[in-house]
Formats: sequence, C-alpha cells, structure tokens
Amino acid sequence: MNVLIAIVLVVLAAAGTAVVFTREQPSQAIVLSFYGLVVGLLLVLLQAPAVALSEIVVGSVAIPMIVLLVLARAHGAR
Amino acid sequence: MSERTRRIVFVVAALGVAAILLWALAGLPSFGSHESAYARLLNSTTAKRRHVTDVVTATVFDYRGVDTFGEELLLFAAVVGATLLLREQREELHEPPSDQGLGRVAVSMSSAVRLVGVAIIGPAFVFGLSIVAHGHLSPGGGFQGGVVLASVALIAYLVGEYRTLERSAPFAVAELSEGTGAAGYAVMGTLGLIGGAAFLQNVLPLGQLGTLASGGTILFGDVTVGLAVTGALVALFHEFLHQTLVVRRARAKRGSR
Amino acid sequence: MSGLLYAVAAWLLFVGMYGVVTSRHLVHLVLCLSVAQSSSYVLLIGIGYRAGAIAPFFSDRSPKKPAVDGVVQALVLTDVVVGATVMALLLALALQVQKQTHSFDPWDARPMRG
Repeated sequence: MNVLIAIVLVVLAAAGTAVVFTREQPSQAIVLSFYGLVVGLLLVLLQAPAVALSEIVVGSVAIPMIVLLVLARAHGAR
Repeated sequence: MSERTRRIVFVVAALGVAAILLWALAGLPSFGSHESAYARLLNSTTAKRRHVTDVVTATVFDYRGVDTFGEELLLFAAVVGATLLLREQREELHEPPSDQGLGRVAVSMSSAVRLVGVAIIGPAFVFGLSIVAHGHLSPGGGFQGGVVLASVALIAYLVGEYRTLERSAPFAVAELSEGTGAAGYAVMGTLGLIGGAAFLQNVLPLGQLGTLASGGTILFGDVTVGLAVTGALVALFHEFLHQTLVVRRARAKRGSR
Repeated sequence: MSGLLYAVAAWLLFVGMYGVVTSRHLVHLVLCLSVAQSSSYVLLIGIGYRAGAIAPFFSDRSPKKPAVDGVVQALVLTDVVVGATVMALLLALALQVQKQTHSFDPWDARPMRG
C-alpha cells in the first residue's frame, strides 16, 4: 500500500506541474480534469472515500465544464 | 511593477515561506504513525453516543456543525455573487439558445452519447438521493449527494439541449432549493435552542443504530445540505450556460464606450 | 516515504502560486489557484492517515478497529465543494473582465479611475 501511495504522489506532483505549465486554454481544462481524478485516487488510497467522491465530481466534471463555458462565451462573442 | 520584478519578489517571498514551511513540516510526526486523541475518541464513541456509523458525517453535522454552517453560507454567498456578476446588462441582447455562436461550430451529438446519457440519468438520480439519505450510515452525505445530483442536471443538458435543462431543472427551482437548504440548516440549529440546549445541538430522538431513522438532526442536516448544494451547482450551471448560449452582445453600442 | 507526502504538498503549493504570479490569462490563473488549494487537501488528509487503518465508517466493522482521522476528512469534505463554488465565482469575475476589456490578459485590465 505504501508503494502505491508513493507512486500516486509522484504522479500527482507531475500532474499539478502540468496544470500550471499548460498555458493554452481548452487544454488546461482537460489537464485539470485529469488532475482532479488523480487527487481523487490519492484520497481513496488514504482511506477517505467520502472526500474522494466530492473531489472527483467537482474537480473533474463541474469546474472544467464551467471553464469550457467561459471560454466558449469569450470566443463566441467577439 | 514589471514582470521581471514580480518574479524576483515572488522568488524571495517563496523562499521565506518555504523556510518556515519546511521547519513546520519537519516537526510533524512521520507519515501514517500518529493518531490524534480527538480522532480516536470520535471513532470509538460515535456509534454509542449518536447511533450512527459514519463518523465523518457525524463530525460534519453534529460535532463540528458550526463549521458546516459557515461553509454552507459561504457556498450561498458565492452563488449569489456569481449570479450578481452575470446579471442582465443593458447592452446585452437575449436570443433563443443556440449552440452555434460567432466563430463557434456546434458539434452534433452522437447517438451513442445520447443513449448512454438517457440510460444513466434515472439510476444516477436515485444514486444521488441514496447517497444523501444514507449519509450517516456509509460514505456519503449532503455534500457528496448534492454534487452527484447536480451532475445529473449536467447529463440532462448534455443529452438534450438548453431547453431540456430549462424545463427539467429550471433556474427558479434551483434557487428555491438552495435557499431552502441554507435556511433549513439554520432552522435545524434553532431546533436546538427551542429544545433547551445549545444552537445546532442534536436534540431529536437518536433512533436505532444502523437504520435510516437514526442520528437525530444528522439526517435533517444531510437533506438540507443536499438541497443547498444541488441548488447551488445547478444555479451556477444555469448562469454560465445562459451566458454562453443565450446572451449576445448588442450590435450597436449605446452610450459612450 | 514519510517526507514524500509533505514534500508533494509543499511542491503543489509553490507551483500553484508560481502559476498565479506569472499568469497571462485569467482562467489559467484561477486553475493554478485551484491547484494550490488542493495542496492543502492533500496535506490535511495525509496528516490524518494511519498506516494499516480502515476508513472511519463502522457499518460493517467494529468501532474498536483502528481507523484514520475522521475530523480532517470532515473539514476537507466541506472545503472541496465550497472551494469549487468560489472558483466558479472567480471565473464569473474573469468573464466580466473579458467582456469589458475584450482580453483575458490580467496586464490588459487597466485600473479603474474616477
């Protein structure tokens, strides 16, 4: 179990860095969606299933959706 | 301040914060070895004291109920703020909702997505309700069930169009649900005052361990927070979808800009 | 292994803050802030973790078994959902700035006068 947590932590650090260094816009929302999934996975491994449930729905679905809507609005109204 | 100066100031400040942070983190016990006395107490006595098996939900709504009250009002304030920011402006036109916008191509929905979406809406809705209702028994609760129910509204938009969402989960109903949830939590708190105890104290009958009707005010808290969170997220979806699909900038600029 | 979780949490905080400071797009700024915020979730839940313990739900286990910390889970749980709503508020603010100045670049938004 500890090895698994260590691997997911390294993937998490890499995913967080990827979110920050992805500066093009629709791409960053997708990377954020993946990041939310990895955080949810880490939370399940740390024995916090309730928190993981909220984090996956919110971080992978709700926030990227709102980001894409904002970008579509800004792009379409020019 | 130029961009270069900003980076230098950031690096200096970050080094200072990093030094203090490393000092603090070095003082923590090693990962996975420490158990706090408060946690041990709650884990071992919640079943006896509150007749619930979910320690996390009991902590959210009973032991630390005031913190949840503050967070729920924070949620409410954030949604009110977003609604206020995206309100109707004078120079904006409202046209019938269309996925096609200026410089934006509408992607036609594939039937596979539509089929899976329609098949999943019913079970997902029931699943969300079950998570809210069984919050005090198994992993779940008002917050988790609320976000799952809000994502059902999102699936409804995905398989249909904006009108589908408008008719099945209208903005007025979402706002009503959110307000009811926030006010309901406050009412639940005053039940404690009426019962002669402290605000938010668990004064309802505790019921039998392991059944749905247990935990006193914890189930009530689950339901009100579920209503509040669902209403809040659906209202946010409506606001942003409205901005993207319905609102258009007026062609002729009125006034001096 | 023990220091790895704390190091990753600190790394996420600093990389998120770096993204906020050097951002040239308001939506990018909000998402980097979200990364910095999630570092606190990782740290809190990591502090509550106990090796070999189960999740704090006792519907099928006896409460005598060692379980992880339920209090920090309760704190982070509410924080995740409310933090997402605040991110939505920030995105609404970014949208309004874009409507006024026709650009998402924070350096293009002039300070208001009068």
